[in-house]
Amino acid sequence: MALTGLQIYKLLPQTNCKECGFPTCLAFAMKLAAKQAELAACPYVSEASKQQLEAASAPPVRLITLSTDGRKVESGNEIVLFRHEKTFYHPVPIFVRVKDTDADLAAKAKELDAFAVDYVGIKLHLDGIAIENASGDPAQFAAAVEAVRGAVGMPLIFIAKDPAAFEAAMAKANGAIPLLYAADASNWQAMADIAKKSKAPLAVKGDGTLESLANLAEQIKAAGVEDLVLDPGARGFLDTLTLATQIRRLAIKKNFRLLGYPIITFPGEGVASSDEEPVLAVQQIGKYAGFIVLDHFTPARAYALLVLRQNIYTDPQKPIQVKPGLYEINSPKPESPVLVTTNFSITYFAVSNEVEGAGLPAWLLVADAEGMSVLTAWAAGKFDADRIAKGVKTTSVESKISRKRLVLPGVVAVLMGEVEEALPGWQIEVGPREAIDIPAFLKLKP
Amino acid sequence: MAVTVQVPKEKYNGQVREIVLGATKEQGGTRAKTVKIGGESTLPFLHFEGSMPNPPAIAIEIQDRKPSDWSPVLLDAWKEVADDPVKWAKAAEAAGADVILLKLNATQADGSPNDAANARRVVRQVLQATGLPLIVFGPGQAELDNELIVAVAEEAKGERLVLGICEDKNYRTIAAAAMAHGHLVNSRTPMDVNLAKQLVILIHDMGLPLERIVMDPTTGALGYGIEYGYSVMERLRLAALQGDTMTQSPMLVTPGEEAWRVKEAKVGTDVPAMWGDWAERAVYWETVTASALIETGANLVVMRHPVAIQRVREMITKLMGQ
Repeated sequence: MALTGLQIYKLLPQTNCKECGFPTCLAFAMKLAAKQAELAACPYVSEASKQQLEAASAPPVRLITLSTDGRKVESGNEIVLFRHEKTFYHPVPIFVRVKDTDADLAAKAKELDAFAVDYVGIKLHLDGIAIENASGDPAQFAAAVEAVRGAVGMPLIFIAKDPAAFEAAMAKANGAIPLLYAADASNWQAMADIAKKSKAPLAVKGDGTLESLANLAEQIKAAGVEDLVLDPGARGFLDTLTLATQIRRLAIKKNFRLLGYPIITFPGEGVASSDEEPVLAVQQIGKYAGFIVLDHFTPARAYALLVLRQNIYTDPQKPIQVKPGLYEINSPKPESPVLVTTNFSITYFAVSNEVEGAGLPAWLLVADAEGMSVLTAWAAGKFDADRIAKGVKTTSVESKISRKRLVLPGVVAVLMGEVEEALPGWQIEVGPREAIDIPAFLKLKP
Repeated sequence: MAVTVQVPKEKYNGQVREIVLGATKEQGGTRAKTVKIGGESTLPFLHFEGSMPNPPAIAIEIQDRKPSDWSPVLLDAWKEVADDPVKWAKAAEAAGADVILLKLNATQADGSPNDAANARRVVRQVLQATGLPLIVFGPGQAELDNELIVAVAEEAKGERLVLGICEDKNYRTIAAAAMAHGHLVNSRTPMDVNLAKQLVILIHDMGLPLERIVMDPTTGALGYGIEYGYSVMERLRLAALQGDTMTQSPMLVTPGEEAWRVKEAKVGTDVPAMWGDWAERAVYWETVTASALIETGANLVVMRHPVAIQRVREMITKLMGQ
C-alpha cells in the first residue's frame, strides 16, 4: 500500500539539507508520495528506511515481462479494481496454444503472427504463442519450440509437466524469455532452478485454493525466483471470477505480496463447448486475468476479444481522440458536401470509413467535442451550433467550397435551427442517424 | 510454515431493488409466470460474500413488423417468423427468452404510419401468444412513443409491462400511463451516472413507486463505446451497494440493438479479410457485448440472435452456480 507524505517524511533524515532539490524533507516526502520524485535524490537516507520505502512503493501487482527477439509483452503493475478508479495499465496479453503433437507448427505460428486488424487507427494483434508438451517427450517439445522460434518472433509460453522438457526447450529458445508454465506442489524445486537459470518468469499452479497458491509462491520466492505468474487452479466461469476477484483485492487492498502477481487463465479448459471459450475470455479480460491462453483461434473471435481488451484498457480519463479539423475524403471538389461529426475517434473512424468506402467525395468537418461521441457530446453541451460554427471558421472550409451545404448527424437533428442561425448563408441538412447509412444518403444526395 | 489467507469480503450497506415483471391472473394480469430481477447485495456473481437471488434475465426482441434495417444474418436466424409478431413471440419463447421485448416501429409493414389501433392489436396478439412478461418499446420518437405507448398501457392494463422508451423528453407521459394502468417504465439516459440517477428521481417524484422503475443506462456496442456503458454501470452498481437509494434500480440494457447496428455485425462484404467469417463475427459481437455488460451488473439484457442468446444463457447458468 502506498505511503502518505507524512509516513514517508518520518523515514527521511529530516535535516532539510536541500540536496535533493527541494526546500525541505517534508516537501520532498510529498513529491515522493505523488510519485514526482525519486528516492535516489536523497544522499542521506538510511539503508533501513530505503528498504522500507522501496517495499512500500513496489506495485501491488508485479510487472512481468516476456520477450522474444526484442518483442516484449508486459502484464501487471495494476493498481485498481475498477477501471473508472484510474485505469487498467497493461492490456492483458492474449496467447494462442499450440501443441508439440500438432502438424505443421511453423505454418500455424505464421498464421497467428500474421493476424492483425486495424481498429480506430490502432493495430491489434495477438501477443504470443503458448507451446504445450502434449507428447510428453522432451525432444519433441524442443523440436516444436525450434520450429515456432524459426517461424516467428512472437513472445512464448512453454507448457509442460516434466522439468527435463523445460531444459530441452530452453536450449532451443534462442535468447527468448518465455513464461514457464507451471510449477506445482510436486515439481516446484526443479522448476525454480530452471527459472533461475534461464531468468524466465515462472507460473505457479495452485489446487483451487488461495492457500495452496500463496504457499507455493512463498516457497518459490524463498528459492530466489521473483517473477511469478499465478494460476489459481480453477477453470470455470464462477470459480475463476471468484478467485481472480479475491486475488486482485488481496494484492491491491491488502498489499498481500504473495499473491501480487498477474493471473494466467485458460478459458478453453473451463467450458463445455469451444464456442463458449470467447465468453469466458470476456469475463477474464474485465475481471483480472494477466495472461489469457486461448485454445481456439479464428479471426472473428480474435477480433472481438482484442477490441474488447482495447476498450476495457482505454484510460477513462483520456478518450481516444482525433484532431479536430477538416478532413478530405476521396478528393472532394468545391461542390462536395460538408459532413459534420465529433472528434471521438470511434465516431470519426465510423464516419470516415463509410464515406471512404462509398467512394464518394466529401469534406468531413470534425468539431472539437472534447473526444466525445455525437450523442454524448450533445447531451454534455460539447457539440452544439457554436462548436460547429467555430469549426467552420477555424478550418476556413468556406474558401474551399462553392456550395455551402452542411450535413448534420441525424441524432442531433434538433440542432438544425441553431446551426442555421449560427451559419447564415449555409444550407443545413439532416443526415442519417447511423454512420452505416451514410453511403446510401450520399448516393441519393451527392 | 503454512501461509494463511483471509478471503477478502466486502460488506455493502445497500442492495439492488428486486423488481417483478409481469402479472399472473391472481395478480391482475394474464401472464403464465412472472420474472424477478435484481435483489443482489454484492457485485455480479460474488456469491462468496453476498446474495444474488435472481439470475440476470434475457429478453428477446421481436418487432411488430419485419424489421427493415436488420442484418441478413439476423433475419436468416428467425426466417419467416419475423413477418408475424405472434409466431415470432412463440419462437422467441422457444429460443429461451425469459421476457419478450416488443418493439413498435414508426411505420407499419405497408408503409403507413403506425398508430394506436395497430399498437393495441399487436400487443393484444402477443400477450395471447406468449405467457412470458412483456416489455413494449415505441420507435424512440418521443411524440409517437407517447401516442403508441399510452394506448398500449391501457390495452394491457394490469399486466406489469415495462413501457418505454421513457426518456428525459417524454417521461411524464410514459410514467403517467404506467401509473394509471399498473405498469413499469425503463428510465433511459445516455451513459451518465448522474443523469441516470436524476431521471429515476424525476419519475419517482411523479408518484411511480421505485419498484416499478427499471434503470436503462444505455451502452455502446463492442468497439463503439462499450467501455463507457461498462463503467457507468459499474459505478451505478457500486453506488447502489453503498446505499444510494436512487441508483438501486435493476439495470436493463440493449446489447442486441447496439451490437447489430455496427458495421462488424451488419456488413459482410468489402470489409477487411482479417475480420473473419461474417456470421461468426456478428454473433460474437452481440455475445461479447451482452456478456461484458452482465459481468458489470446488467440485470436484464435485450438480445436478438438465438445463438448469442444460447451462449449468454450458458454463461449465466454457470455463474449462478447451477
